[in-house]
Amino acid sequence: MEVLDIIRPENQVFCKSGLMTDATLSYCPGCGHGTVHNLMMEVIDELGIVEDTIGVAPVGCSVLAYDFMDIDMTQAAHGRAPAVATAISRTWPNKYVFTYQGDGDLAAIGTAETIHACNRGENIVIIFVNNGIYGMTGGQMAPTTLVGMHTSTSPYGREVETMGSPLKMSELIANLPGTYYVTRQSVHTHKHARKAKKAIKTAFQNTRLGNGLSLVEIVSNCNSGWKMTPNESNIWMEENMFANYPLGDIKVKGKLRQIG
Amino acid sequence: MSDLKLMKGNEALAEAAIRAGADAYFGYPITPQSEVIEYLMAECPEKRTGMVVLQAESEIAAINMVYGAASTGKRVMTSSSSPGISLKLEGISYLAGAELPAVIVNVVRGGPGLGTIQPSQADYFQSVKGGGHGDYKLYVLAPASVQEMADFVADAFEIAFKYRAPVLILSDGMIGQMMEKVELNDQVERMSDEDIIQKYGSWATTGKKGRERNIITSLDLQPEKMEARVQALQKKYERMENEDLRYEKIQCDDAEFLIVAYGSSARIAQKAVQLGREKGIKVGLLRPITLFPYPKQQLFKLADQVKGILSVELNTGQMVEDVKLSVHHKVPVAHFGRTGGSIHTPEEILEALEENIIKDGSIRHH
Ligand SMILES: Cc1ncc(C[n+]2csc(CCOP(=O)(O)OP(=O)(O)O)c2C)c(N)n1
Ligand code: SF4
Ligand SMILES: [Mg+2]
Repeated sequence: MEVLDIIRPENQVFCKSGLMTDATLSYCPGCGHGTVHNLMMEVIDELGIVEDTIGVAPVGCSVLAYDFMDIDMTQAAHGRAPAVATAISRTWPNKYVFTYQGDGDLAAIGTAETIHACNRGENIVIIFVNNGIYGMTGGQMAPTTLVGMHTSTSPYGREVETMGSPLKMSELIANLPGTYYVTRQSVHTHKHARKAKKAIKTAFQNTRLGNGLSLVEIVSNCNSGWKMTPNESNIWMEENMFANYPLGDIKVKGKLRQIG
Repeated sequence: MSDLKLMKGNEALAEAAIRAGADAYFGYPITPQSEVIEYLMAECPEKRTGMVVLQAESEIAAINMVYGAASTGKRVMTSSSSPGISLKLEGISYLAGAELPAVIVNVVRGGPGLGTIQPSQADYFQSVKGGGHGDYKLYVLAPASVQEMADFVADAFEIAFKYRAPVLILSDGMIGQMMEKVELNDQVERMSDEDIIQKYGSWATTGKKGRERNIITSLDLQPEKMEARVQALQKKYERMENEDLRYEKIQCDDAEFLIVAYGSSARIAQKAVQLGREKGIKVGLLRPITLFPYPKQQLFKLADQVKGILSVELNTGQMVEDVKLSVHHKVPVAHFGRTGGSIHTPEEILEALEENIIKDGSIRHH
């Protein structure tokens, strides 16, 4: 069989979503951000909602998300995406509004905006990419950094006594009556990516039904910040990150689930 | 047909926002401007016009809500007082950088720090010299009456959309809290979503429909591109100076001495001018209505006519720097002002004029 016989649309299992632009991704090879983007664009495409979708990009490695997603997007100040999305959703109640945020953005500087948007039950989708570190600024400690983890601002490892414990934002906001759907996923294998895509789709469908706030946390790697090869980072993530941030649904249809 | 009412400045501003067809207001309580959100909540503008009113969790959240709604072409306003405005500055800088239209109101109180809840004009520097980070300016309107608190809302929206830029209404606790009669404009209909999509389709992020995608951002990592962006902003500010400067001259035609004052200080200074005239002193008042753009040329010209200028402000000397820059040392310029919530009387102003400017024409330095 020739190669060209194999490369045919009917044999294709994964491809770049038509809603991803041709701009070269600014992410490090092996990073999960690009995969999450692609899944989101596939979902928006499949739901046929591109004309009514407005995205809010964060400050973080994904600040340039608007270069890669071929949809209308507004770039927000560091941590403020949930406030920006709140206003868009309130003034355009029939639109699909999402934020895309890292853990520094959502769980450190933007904690107040996150909690209050969740508590008000804004009819938006939050995609939360948790890589346990500040990727963009060169690998500093985040509130989500694991205990003992070495970063440029915890060079001897995160120490609970002085630096606190890893912040589990999804569990925290799942306890707020305003949240409708809270789930934790990952995208490091095909199987996981497919589950994550399903979760993202559920989140956008919740917006369609006016159910209120859906948050999809993606536990992801930061191979550069963690100073590992992509493969090593995925193994380390499975062994360490998932132990602290267990995958699965945390809240479904407004009801808390047992997880882990 | 317009409406005559007795209202507080803050309430007049709130009512004017509804009537100007504003789509949204986001705010956080702080004295002396909490009446704005209280009035709006009580009025249920959602029912009256469909205007959204939301109490945010902080001034930071409020200004970023403004940023969100503005990025979609909606007419949106926020208000606060000094410490709250300090918190909003990052967001205001983003609004300027991303070229978004919005109206921000500062009902100034005394500072620094928690300061006092009494009126002040100590946020002049913050308002006209940037305030937030980066090379930007705000178009700044300074109301001197309850009537202007109402009128300037529609004016501010017009300028904001003309230039796609944030506009600041710089009021203070006196104008916000005092009651005066005010003539309110008729209700302007809010723009429909379809009209917004049509009118602002070239930039607003309303959903990619029948066009290329729109992006709202203040980021440009290439220095040449970022420089071009900043230069384009400066062009906009030049245009504001050429087309939308506002000021008022009171008894300046035969004036030998000049007082420069804005907002509440201008109201008090107007009485001082009257007292001076009664004493036979030919004194006039220049009231900048916009603080940026500033009436530089008008002051430059008046400096050929008058013997000295007194800048009267409720602070320790901020606008006086712009007065000095404008008159190019042609005549002595001095500052007079009370601060920390104290308010000068017309008599004090006149006395300061006589002592610092008229006596021997020399400048008393502070
Ligand atoms: C007000 C403000 N403070 C700090 C920064 C610097 N900064 C940029 S990105 C970032 C952290 C981003 O980390 P995260 O949200 O986890 O995103 P990641 O890059 O890991 O995807 C910081 C601190 C900023 N841009 N603005
Ligand atoms: S620094 Fe980390 S999060 Fe950022 S692109 Fe590289 S791997 Fe991804
Ligand atoms: Mg991160």
